[in-house]
Amino acid sequence: MNILHAIFVDPFAQMISAPDLLVQTVWEGFVGGVLYSLIALGFVLIYKASGVFNFAQGIMMVFAALTLVGLHEKGAPAWIALALTVAIMYALAVGVERVVLRPLVNQPDIILLMATFGLTYFLIGFGELVFGGNPKAMITEQLFLPSGAIDLSILGGKVTLQKLDIAAAAIALVMVAGLGLFFQKTRIGRALRAVADDHQAALSVGISLNQIWVVVWFAAGVVALATGIMWGARSDVSFALQVVALKALPVLILGGLTSIPGAIVGGLIIGIGEKLGEFYWGPLLGGGIERWLAYFIALAFLLFRPQGLFGERIIERI
Amino acid sequence: MFYREAGQFKTSYAADMAIFPIRQDRIGLAVILAIAFVAIPLTGDQFLLNTMMIPFLILSLAGIGLNILTGYTGLLSLGSAGFMGVGAYACYKLQTYFPQVNILVWIVVSGLASSAVGVLFGLPSLRIKGFYLVVATLAAQFFLEWAFARVPWLYNYNDSGAIEVSNQTLFGVYVTGPNATPATRYLVVLTIVTALTWIASNIVHGRIGRMWMAVRDMDIAAELIGIRLLRAKLTAFAVSSFYIGVAGALMVFLWFGSAEPEAFDINLSFQLLFIIIIGGLGSIVGAFFGAVIIHLLPIGLRALPALLHINVPGAMVEHLTYMITGALIIGVLIVEPHGLAKLWQTMKQKLRVWPFPY
Repeated sequence: MNILHAIFVDPFAQMISAPDLLVQTVWEGFVGGVLYSLIALGFVLIYKASGVFNFAQGIMMVFAALTLVGLHEKGAPAWIALALTVAIMYALAVGVERVVLRPLVNQPDIILLMATFGLTYFLIGFGELVFGGNPKAMITEQLFLPSGAIDLSILGGKVTLQKLDIAAAAIALVMVAGLGLFFQKTRIGRALRAVADDHQAALSVGISLNQIWVVVWFAAGVVALATGIMWGARSDVSFALQVVALKALPVLILGGLTSIPGAIVGGLIIGIGEKLGEFYWGPLLGGGIERWLAYFIALAFLLFRPQGLFGERIIERI
Repeated sequence: MFYREAGQFKTSYAADMAIFPIRQDRIGLAVILAIAFVAIPLTGDQFLLNTMMIPFLILSLAGIGLNILTGYTGLLSLGSAGFMGVGAYACYKLQTYFPQVNILVWIVVSGLASSAVGVLFGLPSLRIKGFYLVVATLAAQFFLEWAFARVPWLYNYNDSGAIEVSNQTLFGVYVTGPNATPATRYLVVLTIVTALTWIASNIVHGRIGRMWMAVRDMDIAAELIGIRLLRAKLTAFAVSSFYIGVAGALMVFLWFGSAEPEAFDINLSFQLLFIIIIGGLGSIVGAFFGAVIIHLLPIGLRALPALLHINVPGAMVEHLTYMITGALIIGVLIVEPHGLAKLWQTMKQKLRVWPFPY
């Protein structure tokens, strides 16, 4: 009885009695969720256009952030470092298309997934070789990212919002809107959607798959860079961040592998869900449940919708 | 020339279905086993046994386990390290409660504990398929890893949070703990791995194995021809987790000597997945090939600068090893997407028809 009470009654009583804490927790979950969504967005872009489950997305994020900070450390001014990093992400996209995707075209999904594992290892080794393995601080001030916090007093309490988190949410919003426009309005965007729809049909109307892959991987690289800057500003830039990137997997799968809105909604559900779970139910289990809660939340949703919330309906034929 | 089955006639169905139908294969296997059981323990030094052979065998065993699930049944899993941990912790607990029973018994029995956990986390596989299933296995991985660190009962409430292996004997010879010699531990691991490999290859060649492969190729079609999916998928999870659990128990008791929860982190799961994909999905021998590439190759790469008398800082070697491993994974996939086992098959086929091309 006590246990049931502790699970089903106490946390809610706590939420009602201290609404400011609840708002604070939800806000933190929201920001975390936005950042998860951004990583998942990179996954979705690539999965839609090339059918590759790009495991390296998380590493691309760390690699981009590391390149930015590393270049700045070597003396490049922030804006030049940023431009150079974008250029390097483009080179990476071209390289991946040439070396990995082109020879492996038409292979089963798991082989392509595996190739991105190879890419992950390569990028870890390369990044550490060039820029060193020590955690680095993100160059927030040079990039004109705000710091400090705003205190709001609502609901009879105080809620602290980090300015950086607000900026992160705003940037995420702009990026999603930008990507949406890019997909809907531009020529390349239409070509991307055509490829996502049907590779062969796209080829037959004269869309170059190779070019499209470079574009998508580059877009994913830019998303990775933005995400990397945000995560890097919240904690140091090092390859330890890849654990965060793994959280993008449940987000992505919860939302449905092919859906951009899915990635966003999934990110918010997971982000808020895991923070609430950790804060209100975590102590019952000894804490630290944030590490696995995200996966169980995604699993629970999947049991009811095996294709994810917004995924395309899986039709199986014999 | 030497590898040809001309003149070897099969007179029974059993002979036709034998795992090694060609005499030369049997001779080859006997030679390999003789080297493994006699030559290596007699001549090998501590480095060869401790750093190369024991880990190689244990990783191969875990690879076989994962291959049963991913390669034969087509269920992608990223939770293998968690299941290895279940085997190790189960073995540790059983040994604490019943110290008088021989440790080798517990190593095998702990596989059953891992089986049970595997079946539990395998239940969603009936509804969730493909990449979506990865989430279920990741849930297992992270939950188990968390449990090893946060449930004090599992590590007997000791201060370090790690599990320690005590000295245990078999027929008066130390087999585990600090007193056991590398050669003894190697022989124990080798015996268990050989026996389990033999059982595994029999399972996958038999009715159960065919059932798994039918499910892998298309589960709806398999269901239509009368295979019960629930049973097929759950037996795959059970057998696979058994193997992985035994490998985990061996890893802690005969290789590490003690283990912290971090030993079973997600990187180990990835490593096992690399092993089976590089080695070849759906192939027992592939797990061994894969373990050679994934475990022994980095050791070789690290030793290389010293051999060539080039002075390279240690950290740089580490980073280069990462890069080379990554590049190799991609390279192997481009050359032979079906893994080294397929390459081995092609080579044997070429030898059989030599000097003709086909």
